[in-house]
Amino acid sequence: MSDAMMIEPQVALETQMAFRDFDFYYGKFHALKRINLEIYKRQVTAFIGPSGCGKSTLLRTMNRMYDLYPEQRATGELLLDGENVLDRNVDVNVLRAKVGMVFQKPTPFPMSIYENIAFGVRLHERLNKGLVTERVEWALRKAALWDEVKDKLGQSGMSLSGGQQQRLCIARGIAVKPEVLLLDEPTSALDPISTMRIEELITELKEEFTIAIVTHNMQQAARISDFTAYMYLGEMIEFGVTDQVFIKPQKKQTEDYITGRFG
Amino acid sequence: MQLLTQRKLVNRFALTLSLLAMSFGLVWLVWILWTTLDLGLVGLSWELFTKMTPPPGESGGLLNAIVGSIVLVGLATLLGTPIGVLSGIYIAEYGQHTWLGKTTRFVNDILLSAPSIVIGLFIYAVYVARVGKFSAISGVLALALIVIPVVVATTENMLKLIPATLREAAFALGAPKRAVILSVTLRAARAGVITGVLLAVARISGETAPLLFTALSNQFWSLDLNEPMANLPVTIFKFAMSPFADWQRIAWAGVFLITASVLGLNIITRVLFRQKHKN
Repeated sequence: MSDAMMIEPQVALETQMAFRDFDFYYGKFHALKRINLEIYKRQVTAFIGPSGCGKSTLLRTMNRMYDLYPEQRATGELLLDGENVLDRNVDVNVLRAKVGMVFQKPTPFPMSIYENIAFGVRLHERLNKGLVTERVEWALRKAALWDEVKDKLGQSGMSLSGGQQQRLCIARGIAVKPEVLLLDEPTSALDPISTMRIEELITELKEEFTIAIVTHNMQQAARISDFTAYMYLGEMIEFGVTDQVFIKPQKKQTEDYITGRFG
Repeated sequence: MQLLTQRKLVNRFALTLSLLAMSFGLVWLVWILWTTLDLGLVGLSWELFTKMTPPPGESGGLLNAIVGSIVLVGLATLLGTPIGVLSGIYIAEYGQHTWLGKTTRFVNDILLSAPSIVIGLFIYAVYVARVGKFSAISGVLALALIVIPVVVATTENMLKLIPATLREAAFALGAPKRAVILSVTLRAARAGVITGVLLAVARISGETAPLLFTALSNQFWSLDLNEPMANLPVTIFKFAMSPFADWQRIAWAGVFLITASVLGLNIITRVLFRQKHKN
């Protein structure tokens, strides 16, 4: 591990989120087993592994998305800035303001581009109209969408192309000023050019946000992430600095998956 | 080669059969529309919209019945829609896994297929018989009872069609449930919900049986909700059964009016729905 750190010199890493002996169940099905993992602040952590390995499930625990479904439950600890977010008295709406999420398929709300972004802002902050407008512009600029939509903020968010819709969703997520941004296969429904733009965007966004991304595309994980976690059948097989995981994996299983011998 | 000709023959045979079936259905529809047009247009005149229903042998129109129908249908829709939409939201968004939600849906399905005459008799028994007279308000109640299940079912179905990811995306922003429903899911389902309301309006516009026991009818102009109120379906029923030619002519004109407005509503519904799918 200390070798690997040399590959990518870093300022001292700070832990943003941490899983401690974390287990997750869909009803009786034990989907995540004894997960222990650190998500570092302002770093991109990628989750890779074959379909059904639990990487999306893991991501969806980080903003307690599973709360929507009564038969799903988690045990152990999931820390955000040192606080256990699995705690009963944690306000999930506040948690979700701190931990934003972007989904596989773009999910624009049935409202204007402006309202798509203002919606989340107004939920958590009492701002006057001018400040909301400023925030909308800020978020759209951050998401590299401003130039394309600045003249049509009143148009429906659904009128945008797939790639633009996905950037709109990213803008919507960061407008709330979260600490962590969860990306669940954000480019799997997009064409190569839109994918490239989102990847560039992720690299820019990590200056300000902690990013956790699930991806099926190993090249993508290698290109954009600082840390990579390889999961298989609900277990965390290997976690480390991306370059190390890809160049010199510690486990045979990881190597087999990465070299395409399995998966 | 032989196989190909055989396939073509089978294909042609099946196509002929389905075309025949389609035309069998269409013939009746066209016939109905044609009869309505043929006999209804004769009775269409300026007087139809300006004069009250006449005694036999005198000239007159349907003004009181047209206005009465608009009042009855309008109030029933105003009463039934909020109840229907709210219940639909409850079943789809809150009560999905609860005993109450499942039971409500089940009861609603029964109500949806209940014959309208049963609903008319029910209002007659619990309201008209107790108050002791036929009244417009009881007609409104009966029609609202028909509106509610239609609106509940469409609202629920439309909300269920909203992809789970859209709902999750709203929750992922930290939105409380009511904001998710009001700002996102209900808005996404808006066209469908409006369609349901319009379908319910079309359905009650021609309902006769529930009004026979409730609003009855009125020869004269009356907007008093505590008195019987004239309306198109019952007037048509009464005039069409009469031996007087001029009454029969007016009845056909009324039939034409109802058919035309229901057809118009259906077209509006289609247009609304198409817009939704364009988005």
